[in-house]
Amino acid sequence: MKWRIDWTVEASVPPRAAVLRAQGLPEDPDLPPRLGALVDDAFRVYRRLAEPRAIVGLVDHDEFAAVYEGEGQNDRATPLAVVFPKADALALFAATVGGALTEAIGDLFAQQEPALGYVLDAVASEAADALAYAAAADCLARLTGAGRLGPETRVLPYSPGYCGWHVSGQRALFAALRPEQIGITLNDSCLMQPLKSVSGVIVAGPAAVHQFDQEFPCCGPCGTRHCQDRMVSVLEG
Amino acid sequence: METLKEIAASLERGEDDRVHELVEQALAQGAAPGDVLNLGLIAGMNVVGEQFRQREIFLPDVLLAARAMYAGLDLLKPHLAREGVPTAGTVVIGSVKGDLHDIGKNLVGIMLKGAGFEVVDLGNDVPPGRFVDTAVASGASVIGMSALLTTTMPVMKEVVELVRARGLSDRVRIIVGGAPLSEAFAREIGADAYAFDAASAVDRVRALVAAR
Repeated sequence: MKWRIDWTVEASVPPRAAVLRAQGLPEDPDLPPRLGALVDDAFRVYRRLAEPRAIVGLVDHDEFAAVYEGEGQNDRATPLAVVFPKADALALFAATVGGALTEAIGDLFAQQEPALGYVLDAVASEAADALAYAAAADCLARLTGAGRLGPETRVLPYSPGYCGWHVSGQRALFAALRPEQIGITLNDSCLMQPLKSVSGVIVAGPAAVHQFDQEFPCCGPCGTRHCQDRMVSVLEG
Repeated sequence: METLKEIAASLERGEDDRVHELVEQALAQGAAPGDVLNLGLIAGMNVVGEQFRQREIFLPDVLLAARAMYAGLDLLKPHLAREGVPTAGTVVIGSVKGDLHDIGKNLVGIMLKGAGFEVVDLGNDVPPGRFVDTAVASGASVIGMSALLTTTMPVMKEVVELVRARGLSDRVRIIVGGAPLSEAFAREIGADAYAFDAASAVDRVRALVAAR
């Protein structure tokens, strides 16, 4: 089962506070007015140009094991390798806010408007990341609606390039999902275009499935520890 | 000259129209273009850069100041060229072949221009030969490369080897940067320097140029 999601632009607009936090900027009302005006402008451009969409496709455990194996370059032990075999359902996904934003960001830098270009880039990045969670929520709603998953099910997206899943895994993921259907392509370096795109696997299962100790080889050098917040979020429902 | 101080102060506040107006005024008053550049625009950007290093202001503040600097620099450039005012040096920058991320590279370019360097920005997805050919053609003393993917990092080594193979190591220094990189990686591939962020890139490039 595979489906396409077309969100309204408004549904994809990231919270202003999240954009400010990600850039290390103070939140309103402490944000200096000239920076506040810049952020307002960036959101305006985002609303004008965003084309948020995704493609999602269910896979069984064996199919995903083959995708995950990819080109054999993953870390020897990863959180996802522990998590996915325990999942109740798995779905590949790719989502994007569209190519017009990337072009606009490049144009702004070229036109000597680097401040607006930079903040627009931050808004678009935040929006693209949020689409992964929106696609996961959509998947959960469909599967629970169809009676395939229970009300205790929690979903989280996991992406190649993070937590020991080598970025070369994108090739197997793209071969299985074909995100080209919604305009997302992969270059020789496994980089998605449009640039503001996100892909991976949606793992569905009870909250306990998503819990792991941060003792994997990839955890040592990790500077973000975002997994901590993700684990808390599924526990809190 | 009071106008030059005003240029620096207006630039620090990101007032692009005012900077343009003041540069025009300074030139009309007979200020030397080199002084307008060094004591006005670059002096202002130096203050902004220091404030940013001290975390007194935010990156978008620096970029607003950069926009103001461009407003003055566009006006000043023909005068600088006419008078043969030397730049701090020429730097060729780009994101390596296969990599389309260029925000970090753009920020480095902006900071370098603010420090008085001539920047030749090759954009993204730049093949190794183009970095080297452009450095030779422009007389650049530094090549700056950016990569955001582990899959594109190896391209940097190809550029280092190409510079060596063409006997340019004494003339052209190489600095690398990008999220997945480290000082150790830079050493391993034989690059001359590694920059953690745009602000440190300026310091490192200054040091590379000074050491030549």
